[in-house]
Amino acid sequence: MSYAKTKTNSTPFPLGKVGMGHLKIATAGSVDDGKSTLIGRLLYDTKSLTTDKLKAIEEKSKQRGFDYLDFSLATDGLIAEREQGITIDVAHIYFSTPAKSFIIADSPGHVEYTRNMVTGASNAQASIILVDARNGVVEQTYRHFFINNLLRIKEVIVAVNKMDLVNFSEEKFQTIKNEINYLATKSDFETQKITFIPISALNGDNVVEKSTKMSWYQGETLLHYLENIDTTQINENTKARFPVQTVIRPKTAEYHDFRAYAGKIYGGDFSVGDPILVLPSLTKSTIKNINFFDQEFDTALSGSSVSITLTDDVNVSRGDMIVKIDEIPTISKDLEATICWMDKEPLQNSQKYYLKHGVNDVQAKITQISTILKTDFSGVEENPTALTLNQIGDIQIKVSKPLFFDTYKKHKYNGAFILINPKTNNTVGVGFIK
Amino acid sequence: MSKKILEVNALESEAIYIFREVVAQFERPVLLFSGGKDSITLVRLAQKAFYPAKIPFPLLHIDTGHNFPETIAFRDKLVQELGLELIIRNVQDNIDNGKVKEEKGRYASRNILQTETLLDAIEEFDFDACIGGARRDEEKARAKEHIFSVRDDFGQWDEKNQRPELFDMLNGRIELGQNVRVFPISNWTELDVWSYIEKEQIEIPSIYFAHKRKTFIRDGFIWSANDDVVYRDEYEEVIERTVRFRTVGDMSCTAAVISDAATIDKVVEEIRDASISERGARIDDSRSEAAMEKRKQQGYF
Repeated sequence: MSYAKTKTNSTPFPLGKVGMGHLKIATAGSVDDGKSTLIGRLLYDTKSLTTDKLKAIEEKSKQRGFDYLDFSLATDGLIAEREQGITIDVAHIYFSTPAKSFIIADSPGHVEYTRNMVTGASNAQASIILVDARNGVVEQTYRHFFINNLLRIKEVIVAVNKMDLVNFSEEKFQTIKNEINYLATKSDFETQKITFIPISALNGDNVVEKSTKMSWYQGETLLHYLENIDTTQINENTKARFPVQTVIRPKTAEYHDFRAYAGKIYGGDFSVGDPILVLPSLTKSTIKNINFFDQEFDTALSGSSVSITLTDDVNVSRGDMIVKIDEIPTISKDLEATICWMDKEPLQNSQKYYLKHGVNDVQAKITQISTILKTDFSGVEENPTALTLNQIGDIQIKVSKPLFFDTYKKHKYNGAFILINPKTNNTVGVGFIK
Repeated sequence: MSKKILEVNALESEAIYIFREVVAQFERPVLLFSGGKDSITLVRLAQKAFYPAKIPFPLLHIDTGHNFPETIAFRDKLVQELGLELIIRNVQDNIDNGKVKEEKGRYASRNILQTETLLDAIEEFDFDACIGGARRDEEKARAKEHIFSVRDDFGQWDEKNQRPELFDMLNGRIELGQNVRVFPISNWTELDVWSYIEKEQIEIPSIYFAHKRKTFIRDGFIWSANDDVVYRDEYEEVIERTVRFRTVGDMSCTAAVISDAATIDKVVEEIRDASISERGARIDDSRSEAAMEKRKQQGYF
């Protein structure tokens, strides 16, 4: 066993330059698809594993009688996971190459842990679906693909793993590719990009180094592909939304009448002088200042946490939203949404929940469960009585106060919400507004 | 005149967003302050989140009595300069009243004893949100930690029953007796923190930079020779070395590294090329593979 003793002199990305060099990836795969091995392999081949971590993996691998390095030991963080050799909760793994920094949200592939897969994907810009070349497309693959579509992840990479166990057969690879491409024809997400890469995570073929055993494959290695994803194209560019988190009032002599609205900008930019509308009051005003710490700016872009002052003395509080005057979202107390249920206690008609839409909390009542969506693309089940853990369905909701929202397809931030069970306080579902 | 456009800094924006959610969702938040670089970074981020208002919550320092004197001096100076409220609770008090038993011998550390003092302080002040500087890249149990992590009356972490965190919506609803641990720099790596300290020119304690120190070597770790606090056998020879600390916990569980990086840019360069992980210098973590997870289940932050 040999490995480099030191990390490469990788130049890290300039801090916070999202869109330039920072990619969030969700990984998913069935229990035995070798997902942890793939991630371990990525860490190992990019020399991101420090010597103390490598030493721990070597010792554990030896102790278990493996003649190879068991990279899953690098990612399976909980005692129960190591004991059972499975992944329970979403783990976050960080590594960087000279080209990019990566955050992997590693989601378990267990049937019962679909909620984690949705969670991991909710913050991802790209997704890797692992398929075992021996087994081909299985139920889990459908499900992963379905979730990537539901969450509208633009970059999907299908890594066909364990190619070494099928004699690096191009035919096997092609069959899987055809099946998934056929699935894609059933999806309404036309701008989604699907890329297929044959790999062996255990041996490292086409992960970081190009395989010498699959000359029929002309494409890039997995890492090379990830490094070249243009993250500026992935981040959404839509209408600017500024949900107010809190009001800053210093109440000091120096800042006696100072009132600034603190929040994060989503979807577009705001500039000083922009005519705006405060929701839900529909009050018109103009942006006077955009502040960040002790400095003022003319423009702030999507993704920035800033504070804003207005030219008029208007009443704005937490949960309100500032938008540009000609970009008004839908304002309604009724919404239709696709929901992924994440709790053991099923979702039932006329049940009440707290609904959190960004930083705005309202009460919500389920008025109808319309359908259950089959995650294998085989259609829908009409008029179900309940949605159980890990089921996905379309529902109708009535809320106590008007919400100001966009459809999820048009605006990821302003089109998503969570449901909270008022008895347990647990987050029990995530909704995507239609 | 050209327009002044704010450059997006995703990690910084995320942390500021989290701080604002804490203040909006909780009544009595507190920032757990150790005097280390991560909690100092948190203070800067909190300043940014609420400027020009003051940071709207106190700092809590659980003082083990084994801290580096440089850290304590730094802490007091920072608190005074920023006009912050500082609460100090001492592990020594719990040892004196017999509530906890001090470890003895070669590897004795007060690291685990901190938990009891922290839980006492949470109860005493009825804190509902405790903000900490833990990062997911530090350790593999921490890689599974959520940004809002709900703890019960005993401060326990139920790692198999965590609330899913979708997009950036943070659910801080809790029952009486529960509290939430909040980790605003969850997604930062060690290098991100150091780069930020460099870019923002944040002052940090002098022990992070190369200095001469009396040390001895055990198990491949460089220990501070301070016989009041750190157990040392007579045969363990004390030698003055030029070292710095990469992570700052107690003297009794933090190892130094040989380094002549005396300035922040040199430190950043060194971290970039490091072949040992940050927690590799934490003697408490090398106790067992699951050391961190077990401590977290018991209420360690």
